[in-house]
Amino acid sequence: MKKIFQGRPVVPGAVTAPAVVSHGGFNTLASFQKSLLAKKTEAVCGDQNNPDLYNKVMSGKALCLPKTIGSTTGGLVIHTAAAMGAAPAAMLFSEPIDSLAAAGAILAAVWTPNSIPAVDNLGKEFLDYVKDGMTVEVAADGTVTVSDGNA
Amino acid sequence: MDTKNGGYTPAMALTPEEQDILNGSQGEVMAKILKTLAMYGDTFGADKFIPIEGPGHLVTSFGISVMSATFDLMDELINAGVKAQQPFTVDPRPLDYDNVPCNLLQKIVFNVMYSKQAPYEEQLKKMGLKDSNAFTCTCYMDEVGNTPKKGDVLSWSESSAVVYANSVLGARCNRNSAFMDIFGAILGKVPNFDLTTDEGRRAKWVIEVKTSKKPEAQVLGSAIGLKVMEDVPYIRGLTKFLGTELNSETKAYCKDMGAASASNGAVGLYHIEGLTPEAVELGDSLIREDAQVYVIDDAELERVKKSYPVIWKNPDAKPKLCFIGCPHLSIGQLKEWTVRLENALKASGVSKVKIKTVLTAAPDVLEAFKKTPEYPRLLATGARLSYICPLMYMNNPMCKGMPVITNSNKLRTYTSARYYTDDEIAARVAGKETAK
Repeated sequence: MKKIFQGRPVVPGAVTAPAVVSHGGFNTLASFQKSLLAKKTEAVCGDQNNPDLYNKVMSGKALCLPKTIGSTTGGLVIHTAAAMGAAPAAMLFSEPIDSLAAAGAILAAVWTPNSIPAVDNLGKEFLDYVKDGMTVEVAADGTVTVSDGNA
Repeated sequence: MDTKNGGYTPAMALTPEEQDILNGSQGEVMAKILKTLAMYGDTFGADKFIPIEGPGHLVTSFGISVMSATFDLMDELINAGVKAQQPFTVDPRPLDYDNVPCNLLQKIVFNVMYSKQAPYEEQLKKMGLKDSNAFTCTCYMDEVGNTPKKGDVLSWSESSAVVYANSVLGARCNRNSAFMDIFGAILGKVPNFDLTTDEGRRAKWVIEVKTSKKPEAQVLGSAIGLKVMEDVPYIRGLTKFLGTELNSETKAYCKDMGAASASNGAVGLYHIEGLTPEAVELGDSLIREDAQVYVIDDAELERVKKSYPVIWKNPDAKPKLCFIGCPHLSIGQLKEWTVRLENALKASGVSKVKIKTVLTAAPDVLEAFKKTPEYPRLLATGARLSYICPLMYMNNPMCKGMPVITNSNKLRTYTSARYYTDDEIAARVAGKETAK
């Protein structure tokens, strides 16, 4: 079964990836710092305050979240993850994107070869529907198709 | 770049000069800087660029070896001959072997982790760093001197500094990320949106403080941040505890409350009825018509405090280190802690702290504090002073496993450090067990 959501492409791009979902604010520094410091290209969420994502792999996944929170290093962290090839395949926001996540996605797009498609304004229904492991297809116009694996 | 304007046509209005820069009149790197800031502005509906009025402040003070992308980008900027238009300040240094306890293994890891610290500081100097004392998260302290005036537009990052500049000083700055801070300082302009606009500074939340006593700043800020996330709160009910004067004591309270709200959530600006400059000037007109209400009473603060996870391997472990000062302490707070520690030691019948205790402040603040009568008294308690960033210290994998306690909700949020209130911290470092 597929469900389609329409958002706004902040950084346009097309990608298909399995979802990982954070229902609460995503603390970028707390989530990435442990893996980046260990120079891991497969970043595992290290934020103990995020029960949805703690200890789950974020790299190569369609990261579904309301928005990011926390330190203003957030954009640099995303930029670093992108440059290392450890970033999520896409960042999909149910709410309007925040300034730190936007900075990270834009820095990755302009200053690294590894752009991270970012779509915001996907709505609360998106975050209610998408579950870890579902296949998420992101189109450059901000269309996000979520498949649950069932016919 | 592949096309004349970097493959990007901004929606926001550009002046002819800005359009020329985007087209490459000042080189490819300046074009990329302008493109980045324009994309950033377009994302948030900016109408135009506006000039900044004060020096910049950068969050990125640490030369962590893994951040090669950062060093490469800094080199790209330096090689292009660009630099900040005014001398800027930057967050605290990550290392202080002289004053912060560190065993051999930890030191080895620190030396590897921050092996790029010296070359990175050279990069900062080339980009326009103010001076070698410019490393602090509280650049707005009088002793440091990067203190904006009401209405000044800024290109700052560091969440605790941004929320302080906006809320307590009435400056105008968005919660910029690393690199957006230096890009704005180089261009001398930032995109005009959200917290640089009158409408963006209006409150979407009314916080009704109905506690029986003055709330612990760090827990109140945490509760607010967790609830409102990045929205602007208008806080009522605090002046009965704080008064209506922005003095050194209330500024320190606002600093710590704001830092907790910015790290536990993403608050970039708050108003306190009857206290902060825009609330005093504009009152209820700052509150949006559709504002939500959040009531904070004693039970709510207790609920929030109890929600903090303890991630020590042994929750009953005896603390080995205590950090006080994240964000960095003011000179007034250093004096207060001197008295608080003296009283706690006296109550415990001991002369020295029983847990290694480090109080952190800006280098310029520490220099000023050393000239006060409280300085030798603080040293006599056994506590130490440092300019370090406790968060950077705790990033060391060899430090993560240590049972560290702190009065900082920000440090708690980002590390394994365990939060206690000021009074609980004082009692514990004096050797008294308090409630877990």
